[in-house]
This record gives sequence, structure tokens and C-alpha cells, in this order.
Amino acid sequence: MANRFFVSPSPHVHGEMSTVRIMSDVIIALLPALVVSIRVFGWGALLVTAVSVVSCVLFEFLIQKFIVRGPLTVNNLSAAVTGMLLAFNLPVNIPLWIVVIGALFAIGVVKMPFGGIGKNLFNPAIAGRVFLLIAYPVQMTSFPSPTIEGYVDAYSGATPLAAAKAGAVDFSNYDVPGMLAGAIPGSFGEIATLALLLGGAYLLIRRVITWHIPVAVLGTMAVFAVIVSLCRCEGYAMLYQYPLFHLLAGGAVLGAVYMATDYTTSPMTHAGMLIYGVGIGAITMLIRLWGQYPEGMSFAILIMNSVVPLINKYVKPSRFGAR
Amino acid sequence: MMRTFPIGGVHPSDNKKWSSNSAIEQMDLPDVVNVPLSQHIGAPATPKVAKGDKVRVGDLIAEATGFMSANIHAPVSGTVTAVDMQPNGQGLRQMMITIRREGDEWAEGIDRSDTIVENCELTSREIIDRIKAAGIVGMGGATFPTHVKLSIPDGKHAEALIINGVECEPYLTSDYRTMLERGRELIIGTKILMRAVNVGKAYIGVESNKPDAIKHLRSLLDGTEGISVVKLKTKYPQGGEKQLIAAVLGLRVPPPPALPIDVGAVVCNASTAVAVYEAVQKNKPLVERVVTVTGKHMREPKNLLARFGTPVEALVAKCGGLPEGDVRVLNGGPMMGRPLVNLGMPVMKGCSGIVVMSGADALRGRESACIKCAKCVEACPMGLEPYLLSKLSRRKDWESVERGDVVSCIECGSCQYTCPANIPLLDYIRLGKQTVMGIIRTRNAKK
Amino acid sequence: MNTLVFTILTLCVLGVVSALVLYWVAQKFKVEEDPRVDDVEKMLPGANCGGCGFAGCRAFASAMVSSDDISDLYCAVGGADCMKRIADYLGKAAPVKEPLVATVRCGGTCEKRPRTNSYVGASSCAVVSSLYVGETGCAYGCLGYGDCVAACAFDAIRINPETGIAEVDADKCTACGACVKACPKGVIELRKKWPKNRAIYVSCVSRDKGPVVMKACKAGCIGCGKCAKVCEFGAITIENNLAYIDPFKCRLCRKCVNECPTGAIKLVGLAPLPKKTAEPAAAAAPKPAAEKPAAPAANKAAVSAEPETAEKK
Repeated sequence: MANRFFVSPSPHVHGEMSTVRIMSDVIIALLPALVVSIRVFGWGALLVTAVSVVSCVLFEFLIQKFIVRGPLTVNNLSAAVTGMLLAFNLPVNIPLWIVVIGALFAIGVVKMPFGGIGKNLFNPAIAGRVFLLIAYPVQMTSFPSPTIEGYVDAYSGATPLAAAKAGAVDFSNYDVPGMLAGAIPGSFGEIATLALLLGGAYLLIRRVITWHIPVAVLGTMAVFAVIVSLCRCEGYAMLYQYPLFHLLAGGAVLGAVYMATDYTTSPMTHAGMLIYGVGIGAITMLIRLWGQYPEGMSFAILIMNSVVPLINKYVKPSRFGAR
Repeated sequence: MMRTFPIGGVHPSDNKKWSSNSAIEQMDLPDVVNVPLSQHIGAPATPKVAKGDKVRVGDLIAEATGFMSANIHAPVSGTVTAVDMQPNGQGLRQMMITIRREGDEWAEGIDRSDTIVENCELTSREIIDRIKAAGIVGMGGATFPTHVKLSIPDGKHAEALIINGVECEPYLTSDYRTMLERGRELIIGTKILMRAVNVGKAYIGVESNKPDAIKHLRSLLDGTEGISVVKLKTKYPQGGEKQLIAAVLGLRVPPPPALPIDVGAVVCNASTAVAVYEAVQKNKPLVERVVTVTGKHMREPKNLLARFGTPVEALVAKCGGLPEGDVRVLNGGPMMGRPLVNLGMPVMKGCSGIVVMSGADALRGRESACIKCAKCVEACPMGLEPYLLSKLSRRKDWESVERGDVVSCIECGSCQYTCPANIPLLDYIRLGKQTVMGIIRTRNAKK
Repeated sequence: MNTLVFTILTLCVLGVVSALVLYWVAQKFKVEEDPRVDDVEKMLPGANCGGCGFAGCRAFASAMVSSDDISDLYCAVGGADCMKRIADYLGKAAPVKEPLVATVRCGGTCEKRPRTNSYVGASSCAVVSSLYVGETGCAYGCLGYGDCVAACAFDAIRINPETGIAEVDADKCTACGACVKACPKGVIELRKKWPKNRAIYVSCVSRDKGPVVMKACKAGCIGCGKCAKVCEFGAITIENNLAYIDPFKCRLCRKCVNECPTGAIKLVGLAPLPKKTAEPAAAAAPKPAAEKPAAPAANKAAVSAEPETAEKK
């Protein structure tokens, strides 16, 4: 018999999940938003994304090749996802060298020193973005107006949240369809809310993410906004207009669906995910309403990232049959 | 609304199509059989025959050693040629009785006719004694002696009987064919088991991917008091004892050392129920069973009724032989089955199937870094944290492994099945469980 | 100016207050401990290998300090010198022990013990041994997945990629016994360490009967007993089809080596005795000639080591 016998412990079959499949699903889910961004801001969006992805992949490759000397993991696409998410958090007219520095920080400082994929404490893309925001505040906050027909430049390049911070927004009179479609200034990946939600649905269907974190983040933000609105006694209409504004403006959806759900930096149990999501939602709203910055999603995610090991330690899944 | 267990679970492709339509076929009698003395959980049986003895089919050749053990009967008639150590399917040597077959002569008092005997007026004690005498063990693969399971300890009492016709393991179809072809016997067996544990309610749990079995059993049951067929969602491990109880009765068995009887449930496999019928009504000891021989590249997958001791090699040959190239041959299903190092292994009481994985399926994917995706936590039907248990086990931090409730693990393999990084989670968790259980045993012994 | 003064003042007050709190806490929760424990711990090698049976070097040190009779306590890593120093410091009698070395008793190399199947799964001897016989037909021998390597704190053991068997570097080995505990097959034994790392041992632990051993491995002990018959010191016993050479009775005379039909008795650091049976001269001749000077020396070493052993017993 020419058979070669293989022996292994059970189980002897494996599902179709793989790291590469998960990462490529995330990339696929981000594509509709990229298409909208290109339509709204022009080819610059694609250029920034390409530069970011290429530099993230390149830095990871170089670090593994020459510094850490571990097995190469760039082919699992995780660096590409980091690159894409980092780019989505940048204004479209950002100088490309800044993008490269952001990628270097994300990969070289936040991801690889901790041991690479699966071991980093903070979300590399967000940490990269926050680093750039602090290092290059001017370039990072000058958002160009969309170059799309029909866009009314009401806020002269200020994002809706920045305008709201300045007290220049009439919440009852903003353009909801325009915000859904992405016709607002902002980081080029965060504006296309509808496309991002579409990608989110794809991720849910493919079982890449679960509903817990996005729903907890967005739900908390909405509830927070309703309570604030109630306290301010602004009338019934504001009870839905104000939360809706906060969900559509800024990076709420991008953060809740794509950034907060990053596997490595989010909790392992459903209960933990809910705690984590509520924390992100609440901190985001606190920063947005009373903080220095108009947008707080990135900071909220980073802060909650640091709590994740604690959550994992104390929030355990409910054991079967345990009382 | 289909019922299912509350947490975790995975959906492997069931791959039952290859053998589900082939009717049970009688396997040719082998010329020589090796009958292991340990075909069940508990102490190996004590041999009652010596070299040179003549035996008939159904003669007791090895007797249960103590309560937690099971009788073993001659599966063929002929001469005992050796009582010796022989390699088993894992290549390890264990005691086996070797019999050279001469004809097919059965012991007296065994009713081999097809007539169905409906009525049973025996008491609980008498039924359990007959089951014990016949050497019946759980035939789903766990091989827990059935008389032990049916002997309900003082102070506890059974509320309901559940017949496990789930067969959630992919590939396997032996229980399915048994339910279709031996449905009436199965139902009588169920009634006998109800008498044995003194309950008025019985449920036959079947997964939704076997609609004809559900239909068939329901039509046979038509109007029978107390027994109902429960359609369960197709989800692995629906047939796990604790999962099945949760799905059917909505009760959760507490963590070990608690047993199903603590929530008033007794679970028996469907094939076991048929064996119980044969033992109690026809006086036939357990000498044969249905074995599914299947695999993606097997030429003729079949469900074979084989005598114990028949070498797996003969079964595989009957089904067209092994496919060329790389193979991984399993005793049992692909989720929990044990691998074989050669085809010399004899068919045993718990051998529900021989699955041949071939080509690329014989190998495993390459392990990569854990990405903390939490899919293993989501998939665990026992609410454990496989990623953590596996990591701690690898570090030999047995205290933390124990604190992580590793003893609750049912080794279903859902975590490893779902892991995108191909980490051998269960390999290490099983090691941790074995070590921790050893530590607990020594600790209890010291007390 | 005011701001500066206030800042400095506040910080100073804060500093003083915290210092007081810390001092109070330190006093309140002070653990009385014999200062000698610290000194003894410093004298120990600090490997925390657990070879002594204690949780770590500190636990061992406090046991040494607290017990009156330390003859049962021994740090194999530190060795006789270290124990002597500590005993002198503590004013107690130094525990003495024969120097030992971990020995891998398996000769089933890839050629001698052919692979019958391929294992794919967690790379761990413990996992494999609880699953099945292993990649070869031998249920007793070295599996080669390196649980011992992972257990060794001194980098003294490795899996030889050519033989697939664990190998001990006798110079690095401290006889802490971690590998002995880690090996699920019980292949590794701590044996007496002879000068110049010389050794004679049965390189097999198979308790299977002869024919079964022969089928699985060409280098296994078949329990024939020829070695026991030639041993003049009663060092060799046969139990469960397996020969065992007691390292404390053996005097390295090497007679048994030539008797073994399968070559299961391994000889290290010594030239074998010339064989009586006619051997192809070309292969055998140059070797003894080259190593001959070593042989008498070895005998002397064996003899000189012997009284020591006797004294201790």
C-alpha cells in the first residue's frame, strides 16, 4: 500500500475561517466607502490610501526582515488593513510624507514592538492617526470641501462637528441625505456613512464581526445625545435630530464598525464587548460636547483599548450550567 | 421554532450524503477476530476463556470487573487462539482475545428471528440486569456502561429519558440508518428504558438534517403516550449530552462532578436503545454494530453491520479500499474521532464509523499567531475561554488552567474548528484537562 | 512669583506626607525574615529551576536556613562547592551527593527506528503520548517533540535533527531533573556522572517482548540477558524484558557492551573492548589503536572513583 498515514488529535476538520479571509473581508467592506470618497474628493483619496497601505506593508516587512527577524506575516493582509484604516482617518489633501510618518508610527511603534499581529495593546491605525493629529495639527485639521456637484459649502471647510463646536450648526436644518451620502468635509474615509454601513452589513453577514461593539458604541452615543437634549429642553424634534447628527457627523460609524471592532484591541467576550462599546460611546460624546477637540472617537477608542486587558481578566463568559 | 442548545456551537458541513442512502449491509464474517477486553470506559473486563477453548457466538468470554465495567461476548464461533497483548488502533498494546472462526454457531436461548416482540413486563431491576449481562455500553462513541447509567443513585430520581438520535458528527450515518431501518425496535427499546429508569416521558432528539428519520419515527409513534420526537437545529455539538439536555428539556447540567441525573435526565444513544431491545426482548448480547465507512474519496461508502473484532481493513476493503496517497483514518467522526495508525484495529462497541480523510484533508493547516478574534470563545458550547486555556496549558500553568474551569471542557473541538489562525487549541486544552484531572484526583485521594 | 512658591510648597508638603505614609505602611506590614535567607539566596545559582523540589531559590534558601538538618536539601545546579559554602556559612553539615547527569535512554534514531506514520498536530511529547504510540512503532522511546528541551533552564538538552532524539550536553547539565519530569515516556534518567563524561547505560526503555521490540526498532533492548551474565559486579538486572545497569554498581569494565546483540548498551567517552569474534579488521583496527591511551586511564578513574562511592554507602 502506497498510503502515507497521517495522525493528529481531533478535531480533524477545519472551518473556512482564516486570518487572510478575515482581513480581505475587511478590505472588501471598506471599498464602497473608498469609491464614494473618490467621487467626493477626487483621486487624491485613492492616492493617500495607496501610499498608506504600501508604507504600512513595507514597514512591517522591513521590520520583520531586519529587526525582529520573525516569520513574515505581511501576507496575512493585516498591515494592509491597518494602512487602509489609517488613510481613511486622514484629510484628502494631507502631504504624503505625513502619511508615511503615520504608517511608520502605527506599524513601527504601536504594532511591531509588542510582537506584531495579535499582541499590540492599541489599535495601530488609530494610534497613528492620533499621533499625526498631535504632531501635525494644522495639516490634520484643514479639511477640503467636497468637490462634488450640489454640495453647498455652508461651513467653509469645517467639519460638521467642528462647526457644532463653534456653535454654528442649526441641528434642525442640516442635510441628512447629504451626510449619509458623504457630501461633507472630513477625513475622507469617515464621511460616506451609508457606504460604511453597507460594508458593516457585509462584515456581519460574513461573521467577521458581531453586532455587540457597533451597537453598543452607536447606541450609547444616541442615548447620550438624547439625554443631553432632554436636559437642554430643546423640544421634541431635537430628541431625534440631535442624536442623528452625532451618529452621522464625524467618525462615529467608521470608528464603531471598523476601528473599535479590531480583534486584537477589543475584548474577548460579548459582555466585555458591550462594556467596551458603551465606554467608547460615552467617552466620545464627553469629548465632543465638553472636550477641546470637536471629535473624540479616536481618543475614546485608545482609552478603552487600554482597559481591554482588565475587561478580559474580569469579564468571563457565563459558564454552561454554572450558578 | 427548532430547539437547540443555548451557547456556542459551529456548523461544519455534514457530508453525510455519501453514505446516508446506503442501507445497512451485513459485513462478511472475518476468519480471525481480535476482541479487546477494554471496549468501554472503566476497568477492562476479566477474560473467562483460555487458549484452545471453543466458543459460540454470544458466549461470555470476558466478565465485567466490578461495577464500572462491561461484559464481553464472543462475536464469532470458533477456537480461542490467544489471550494476549495486541496493538490497538493507536498502536498501543492492550489485552485482546483472539478467536479463529469456525462456522457461525450461536449460543442457545438467543432469538435471532426478525419477529418483533412488543411487550415487556419486567421490573426495572430485571431490565438493568439483562442489559448488564448483555454488555451494553453507550454506542455513540463514549462507551459508558449502560447499566451504570440506568442505575440511579439513591436520593436522585429521573424525570425524563432522552434518546440521542442527533448524530451531530459530520460524515456518520450509522444512527440515521438505524433509526430508519430499526425504528420499531428503537421505540420498543425506548419503552424498556423508560421502565428501567421509571419515567413517564421520553424524547427522541433528531437533528433537522434528517427529516426522513423524524417523519418515520413520528409515523411509527402515532398515538404512543409519553414518547415524542424533538426536531433539533442542525448545529454541532447538538448531540453532546449536556447540550442535548439543554435543547430538549431546557435544563443545564451544572459543571463536573455533577451528572445529567442531577437535573433528572437520562440520555441514551439511538443505537443503544436498539441494542437494549435485542438484549431484553431477544436475549441477544452485544456482538455486532452498524459502522459507517465513508470518506470523500472512498469508492463505495457503506453502513456495515459488523461483528466486533472484525479488522477495519476488511471493512475498508469491502468499501473499495483506501484512496491513493495521503490518508488520515479515523475511528469515529471528524470532530471527535480518534486517529488510527494502521487498519489492523478491530471493530469495537464504540466504533460508530470509520472516516477516511484523504489528500489535502489528511493534513492540518499551518498555525499562525492568535489574532484575539474571540471566535473560539463564541464557539465554545460550555462557555469557556479556549484561547486562554490553551495558552496557559502550553505554559504548564496548571493552577490557572484549573481556575479556567477546564474540567467542564467536553473536547468537542468547536474552538479549534473555528480558529482562523489554525491554532491547535484543543490539543493543548485536552492536555491541560488531563493534567488538571490528575491533580484533582491526587488531591482528593490525599483528603 | 507667588505661583512658584506655592507650587514648590505644595510639592514639598505632598512629598513629606507620602513619605510618612510610606514609612508607616512599611513598618506596619513589615515581614520579619531571617537576614541569612538573603545571603543564602545570593550564594545559590538563582536559576529557579525547581530541581530541589522547592518553588524557587528563595524558598530553598529559607528551607536551608530554617531546618537544622540540611542533609536532605541539595541544589544540584550549584553542586558540591555551593552546598559546602552555604553549609559553612550556616554552620551546618554540608549535604553530599554524587554528581549526576541527565541521560537519554533511547537509541531509536531515524534509521534504526523507521517512521510508520506522520504526526500533524501540537508539537508536544505530552500531547502525542496521550494520543497514540507516536510516529514509530515503539511505544516507549523518545518522541522527539522536545518537551525536555522546553523544560531545561540551562540549554543543556536539544533534539538532534539527524537522529530525532534528545541529546544532553553533559557539561551544561546540572542534573536539576526538570527534563526527567517533563518527559512523558520516562526516557530520561539522572545517572552517576563519571569523570570526563564517561558512561555506560542501556539506551532503551522498552518493556515490550523481544520480537515486538525488534519489529519497531533495530537498536532496542530485547531483554536477552547476555549482558547480565557477563557482569562481574551484579550491576545489571533484567526486569520486564529490559536490562538496567545500576550506575553505582557499574565500574565501566565494558564487558557487557560487546555482548549486546542489538547494540542497545551505549558507551560514551571510552573505546570498546576489542571483540573476541572475528571482525573485519579494516573497520575495527584503527579505532582502538587511536584511543588506546584513554582506556587504561579510564580504568584508573573507575577504580579511584569507586572507594568514594563505597564510603558514602
